[in-house]
Amino acid sequence: MLTFNTLVGVCFLYVIMLFLVAFVADKRARRSKVRFLSSPMIYTLSLSVYCTAWTFYGAVGYAARSGLEFVTIYLGPTLVMIGWWWFLRKLVRVGRSQRVTSIADLVSSRYGKSNLLGVLVTLIAVIGTTPYIALQLQSVTLSFAVFARDRSAGWVIPDLEQTAIWVAGGLALFTILFGTRNLDVNERHHGVVTAIAVEAVVKLVALMAVGIFVVWGIGGGAQGISAAMNEAIQAAPEGAWSLQGGRWVGLTFLSAAAFLTLPRMFQVLVVENVDERQLATASWAFPLYLFLMSLFVIPIAVVGLAILPKGENPDLFVLTLPLYFERDGLAMLAFLGGFSSATSMVIVASIALATMVSNHIIMPLWLSTRLGVDASEYRDARQILLSARRLSIVGILALGYFYYRISGGGAALAAIGLISFAGVAQVLPAMAGGLFWRGASRSGAVAGLITGFVIWAYTLFLPSFGEAGVMSASMLADGPWGIAALRPQALFGVDGLDPVVHALFWSLILNCSVFVSVSLLSFPSPLERLQAAQFVNVLDQSGPARGRSFNAATSEDLLVMAQEIMGSDQAQAWFQAQAEQQGKQGYLPDTTPDFIGRLERELSGLVGTATAHAMIGQILGGTTVSVDDLLAVADETQQMLEQTSQLEAKQLELTTTARQLSEVNEKLTQLSIQKDAFLSQISHELRTPMTSIRAFSEILRDGGANDPEAAARHASIIHDESVRLTRLLDDLLDLSVLENGQVQLYPRREVMRDVLDRAIAATSSVIDQEKMHIHRNRSDEGVALYTDTDRLAQVFINLISNAAKYCDAKDKRLAIRVRQRGGRLQVDFVDNGSGVPLESQSMIFEKFSRLSDQAAAGGAGLGLAICREIMDKLDGSITYLPGQSGAAFRVTLPIGTQSPFGRTWPSDINHL
Amino acid sequence: MRSPREPLFLARQSYRRRRVEDAARLLPLLGVVLFLLPLMVGGAIGNVRLAFVFSSWFFLILFAMLLARHLGRDSEQQSTGPQSKPVRPSEDPAGTR
Repeated sequence: MLTFNTLVGVCFLYVIMLFLVAFVADKRARRSKVRFLSSPMIYTLSLSVYCTAWTFYGAVGYAARSGLEFVTIYLGPTLVMIGWWWFLRKLVRVGRSQRVTSIADLVSSRYGKSNLLGVLVTLIAVIGTTPYIALQLQSVTLSFAVFARDRSAGWVIPDLEQTAIWVAGGLALFTILFGTRNLDVNERHHGVVTAIAVEAVVKLVALMAVGIFVVWGIGGGAQGISAAMNEAIQAAPEGAWSLQGGRWVGLTFLSAAAFLTLPRMFQVLVVENVDERQLATASWAFPLYLFLMSLFVIPIAVVGLAILPKGENPDLFVLTLPLYFERDGLAMLAFLGGFSSATSMVIVASIALATMVSNHIIMPLWLSTRLGVDASEYRDARQILLSARRLSIVGILALGYFYYRISGGGAALAAIGLISFAGVAQVLPAMAGGLFWRGASRSGAVAGLITGFVIWAYTLFLPSFGEAGVMSASMLADGPWGIAALRPQALFGVDGLDPVVHALFWSLILNCSVFVSVSLLSFPSPLERLQAAQFVNVLDQSGPARGRSFNAATSEDLLVMAQEIMGSDQAQAWFQAQAEQQGKQGYLPDTTPDFIGRLERELSGLVGTATAHAMIGQILGGTTVSVDDLLAVADETQQMLEQTSQLEAKQLELTTTARQLSEVNEKLTQLSIQKDAFLSQISHELRTPMTSIRAFSEILRDGGANDPEAAARHASIIHDESVRLTRLLDDLLDLSVLENGQVQLYPRREVMRDVLDRAIAATSSVIDQEKMHIHRNRSDEGVALYTDTDRLAQVFINLISNAAKYCDAKDKRLAIRVRQRGGRLQVDFVDNGSGVPLESQSMIFEKFSRLSDQAAAGGAGLGLAICREIMDKLDGSITYLPGQSGAAFRVTLPIGTQSPFGRTWPSDINHL
Repeated sequence: MRSPREPLFLARQSYRRRRVEDAARLLPLLGVVLFLLPLMVGGAIGNVRLAFVFSSWFFLILFAMLLARHLGRDSEQQSTGPQSKPVRPSEDPAGTR
């Protein structure tokens, strides 16, 4: 027979075992034998602090009341865990790289190491968690009471309040012993975590043992359970077992959010995490744990409903069922399971809260009393920190106990689980926004948190005290001052929702919108932006980017301070390692920005980011270069970068100009060469006739030609040569006038046929002399022109006489074809000679270019050059046309764009 | 935000790993869909829906385990933590692998 003393005795033994486990684990950890302790399984099991007594006992009660809905409390965390790659991985990575000590520290660190945010989150966490701790105390005392009630004959009825105070005291002792035994830079508690893992196993084994006993021992296997369930559904009030969409979705989301933001969950998930491998394993192992925990909940509930007398508290079915069948051992196990659930939650929660309270409230207060002091004043920092932790733990447990006393441990307390979840879930927007959105700002986070918290308190927390509490019945029914839109449980007229879902909906929606809109409107401080970049990009960067520079050597002061906080051995070892990294001997590394950054991170693992930042700031004092200065430097850099790019652009421009210049220069050089060549050519051309003129005129002067016939011949040679000279000079003059653009054009109307006729008439002497036939199609030539036809005729004369002179065919023929193509007039001159060789085709339009030495032809080689200039002036062109039967030239002229009065289209003119 | 120098196309192994990561990202979405399905049917919870919720839950866990084996193996090599010495299977006393 189970007596109260046995129960207390077993309980005591169990606690002693836990102490031993924690002690051994701590000892092993100190000897760096952490391999076993950091195994993924221990980590996974430690996550089970999620399953508190509320879930251990309460899940069955929940299932007895509303069926399957209890499972939402486990589905949320399952979704979070299997989605670890998406969210948790980043969270844990940030937690590790920033040495985050608590959720308040995470939020404070993300938003520019703001202590205001740290305090806010701490307050929310304390307010949300204290009732929850009270709930655990209640569950332990209630389970004691169950034993007491059934066996009251042989038992001393225990004083429930005294039980609670004993439990709270014992928990405080355990937590202080193992939670604040050492100040670890990583804020990890191997002893506690291992003890929690053991408790997790006890919880699971106990619940499954009861479940197996219920299903196969008394429930009659799967069929029996199924029948019992149908019976329970029939017996239950209408709609209790149907799924309510709002609650199903809302509670799943709520449990997922709370899983991330509950201080105790953050402690085991992020702070106690050693490496990512743990997370990978936990991603499936922890959902499996939850799965097993909830597997037997419904069977226990339905069998309990069927067998136990009406009016029995379904929350305690796990205990009462084995007791009803007098299975004392099983009942004992179940009791230990519940006890484990309660104690593990309280231990971790109080450690997490104590860290937050001491780092964000006590330490900043203590620091503010020591403004402007040197490092030696930190002499007692470590002791103060430890005392702060211990005091906080005692304080939090005392708070939980008093809450339990004041609330009276009634049904109001049982409902506190979801209310607490909803409270801490208010941190989610600031946390998730901080991890994924660089634009999330401190002001936004503060505003969002306050909004969410106030609405949560107004719509859920305060009403939860019932009508006797803060809010009167009339206020709940009609709203404050009779304003219906402000009814706490039907805000803005939304009254179709379950109170929890209603509060969750409004608080989170308004929290998010305020957070986002204030973030959008505000401008973050430089430090915030720095931190934001580090948080959001944590998966990409290998090392943190931060910088500060210091003038004074304050390394020693830093060491003094670090010794006080980290402990001398640890601090010295760390400083030595840092110095070694810098390539120095001894304990004093240079105070490089990198070193300061690492020291700050190291210290923030102990005292929180904001405090560490403030402490280092105090030591470094005026020598600290603020982040604003850094940003100024960054701005300068940015400006310099911009200037550089501007310079580059200019340089590019200059290069282009230089290239253009060199091209022009080359052209000029070529022109100069051409000019020289032209001069020598021209002097040669001038010299030849001059020489013969001089020679023959000398003969005449010296009377060498007495023969009048010879004299006449000589005179005629002189005349011919001077004519040739004149012609050459005329040509030259003509060319220079044309080239300089000084030529005056005299456009007039004339038909092409007439121009050609004139040109042929002018060349008739040479044509006749060379016996050349000209083929024309006069009907094509009726095109009216408006241009300087004299100049055009000059071009034609040149081409015709060239053909006559240079065509080497025996039977010379020249075809002149006139055509219109695309608004231009083409006049082709094609002879039947051998044409111009390919290599000379590009040169024939140059001055003095003659293809042969047929000087007899009497040209100076300027004809085609003049033609080209003329055609340029007339907006036309002259080109050599390769691939014809002989030499072929094409003269192209514009038509239709001649002048205002000559602006007529060829089709019209054809009839003229 | 990946570094711009990352190549556009990957070798088969890296490609496979990326797809495993994608699957890991999508798994919670699948979970949401599965857990929402029971809502599509009205009325009281029967055996069928009970079995559905639990079996889809178990299926998700199995899937997560498969993915975690792939992802965990790789993140072990990438892990940056100071104490993240990889544990060889033979030395793992908890036998967790």
